[in-house]
Amino acid sequence: MRADVAEAQMAQAATIARDAPIAHRSARRKRPFLSILRYSTLLIAAIFFLFPIFWIVVMSFKLPSDYLTRPPVWIPNEPTLNHYRTVMETKGWAALENSVVIATSATALSLIAGTLAAYSLARLNTGGKHFAFWLLSQRMMPPVVLIVPYFLMLIDIGEHVSFLGLDQRGSLIAIYTVFNLPFIIWLMRSYFDGVPLELEESAMVDGSTRIGVFLKIALPLALPGLIATGTFAFIFSWTEFLFAVVLTRTNAVTLPVAIAGFSGSQGSNWGQASALAVVATAPIFVLSLLVQRHFVRGLTLGAVRG
Amino acid sequence: MWRRDPFPPPRRRGGTRARPRVDTGVDPGEMDETVEFVAAPDPMQRTNISKPSGPSFSGRNRRDGWVLVFPALLLILAMGVYPLLYSLFLAFHQWDLQTPATPFIGLDNFRAALNDDRLWSALKNTWVIVIVGICFEFIIGLGLALLLVDLPRLKRFVVPIFILPVMMVPIVVGLTWRMLWDNQYGAINHVLRMIFGDGLNIIWLGQTNTAIIAMIITQIWQWTPFMFVVLLAAISAVSPDLYEAAALDGANFWNTLKDITLPSIRHIIAVAILFRGLDAFKIFDLVYIFTQGSPGTTTETASWYIYRLGFQFFRMGYASAISYLILIMLSIVATIYVAAFIREGGKA
Repeated sequence: MRADVAEAQMAQAATIARDAPIAHRSARRKRPFLSILRYSTLLIAAIFFLFPIFWIVVMSFKLPSDYLTRPPVWIPNEPTLNHYRTVMETKGWAALENSVVIATSATALSLIAGTLAAYSLARLNTGGKHFAFWLLSQRMMPPVVLIVPYFLMLIDIGEHVSFLGLDQRGSLIAIYTVFNLPFIIWLMRSYFDGVPLELEESAMVDGSTRIGVFLKIALPLALPGLIATGTFAFIFSWTEFLFAVVLTRTNAVTLPVAIAGFSGSQGSNWGQASALAVVATAPIFVLSLLVQRHFVRGLTLGAVRG
Repeated sequence: MWRRDPFPPPRRRGGTRARPRVDTGVDPGEMDETVEFVAAPDPMQRTNISKPSGPSFSGRNRRDGWVLVFPALLLILAMGVYPLLYSLFLAFHQWDLQTPATPFIGLDNFRAALNDDRLWSALKNTWVIVIVGICFEFIIGLGLALLLVDLPRLKRFVVPIFILPVMMVPIVVGLTWRMLWDNQYGAINHVLRMIFGDGLNIIWLGQTNTAIIAMIITQIWQWTPFMFVVLLAAISAVSPDLYEAAALDGANFWNTLKDITLPSIRHIIAVAILFRGLDAFKIFDLVYIFTQGSPGTTTETASWYIYRLGFQFFRMGYASAISYLILIMLSIVATIYVAAFIREGGKA
């Protein structure tokens, strides 16, 4: 498709899109009672969605005397940073380091392998439709199905390759990489579909190699997709709990496992648990804000191409 | 920054009917106009189209293609396919980690599973959580989407707020709500006490029914925003002409919803519910944080029960057999669902 044609189409579609809300609005007449009802419902919904987040953030700054009382104190009398200090020194830094190393490595590895495979599927139609669907179907499986074989495999592998054994970062990196692959391939394939073939063909005619075309043309043009899928891979690896809690004990404990370690305590450690929870959540919030545009597409594995 | 795909995807030839366009629900003014619906779990639709293949040295292309796929395929075979086969092998053995002997016992594990009350109770809990949760997520999500769809300026401001729960780490969600549900110091009982008097003391996480309700509400909190964003994007993409025509015909709100909005986004609804369903079925984190299956084993879910079998009782063979039964059950349900709501939904 030639660029100017594409541009014209975009402009046309954008006009339709811009007019859409106006048409919606004109379809319904304004009535003051209904709009009060509408805004108050939205306000209640906003409070419902925000309150728990507010609660845990505030909790992390409360002294026990503020959260172990009836009725609970909403705003701490004396905000404290003690929980952060204590929890980071006892297990926070180690867990944070594990999480950063594991999530970053798994994201990088799965992006490399996944992007290559996606390009091959999009451009060379490797394996055909059944292969593509089979790859995606790997993602549909409940992870708990694999937990027992993983456990036994890691015991065996760990005897030969120590960094891939139980309670090692390497094994979690490998597992998360594999779990990221299907949706990276699926999403990146749809991004590569959007890169015009003509550009690559003319480069091939000019004597570029397949890999040169991939690196110099396809990849830069699909960069938005790479960033978005990379973020999703990172979020999955960062938040995963089931594998992490079964396959680690002390050495490779990640943030979610460290946080879950507080679940037994009846209130006494809530401050520390909340502090660690805030530490674990903040990077995800920041990352997600950066790729918000791609959220719908990513969440539904490209079902809604948003 | 990256506002849209640099180029729209190539028109699909031989595709099905023209599908409605969708925006991201964030900013109608700049929304991505290249979007189309694709029946996601049904890749046949998008791949059975003869692709424009490059210069025709197809033998080399095929080899190149497999070289590029190789690293990903190797990883998936080693860490996805092999463990699954290994698990099948385990399922036919009595494989207890404490006893060295691991005799082949045929279908005994599967037979035992069918008579296992604990499994059935776990499955029942899981399905209740999945079905009730998704119904509410859908209804609330749809309601909020309808409230916001014709308020473009507010939408831009509200969507980033509503979406926050989806971005929370699931275990953090569990911890947060564990504190909120607490019968002594939790905010929920506190609010209820303000309404119903000081005597009230619901031990939410200590009783079977209330614990299940607590899990459902917590799930609703985290995942309604997902439904909301997907539905908002879908509804924003319904052609305004349809609404204008309906308004001219004097259709009221409910008629418009029933005859225009819902049929137009039927496909997206089906896909979103499928994704949420598969995801919700995995529920594990909340059980871990909230109840650990207690009281007794009455609040166990499928994932939790397998985890318990494997790593408390070390019955690896039996846990594998149950994993397989659940995998088969899910595949059947998902296949029927796709056939009923997604593949057929494309026509009609």
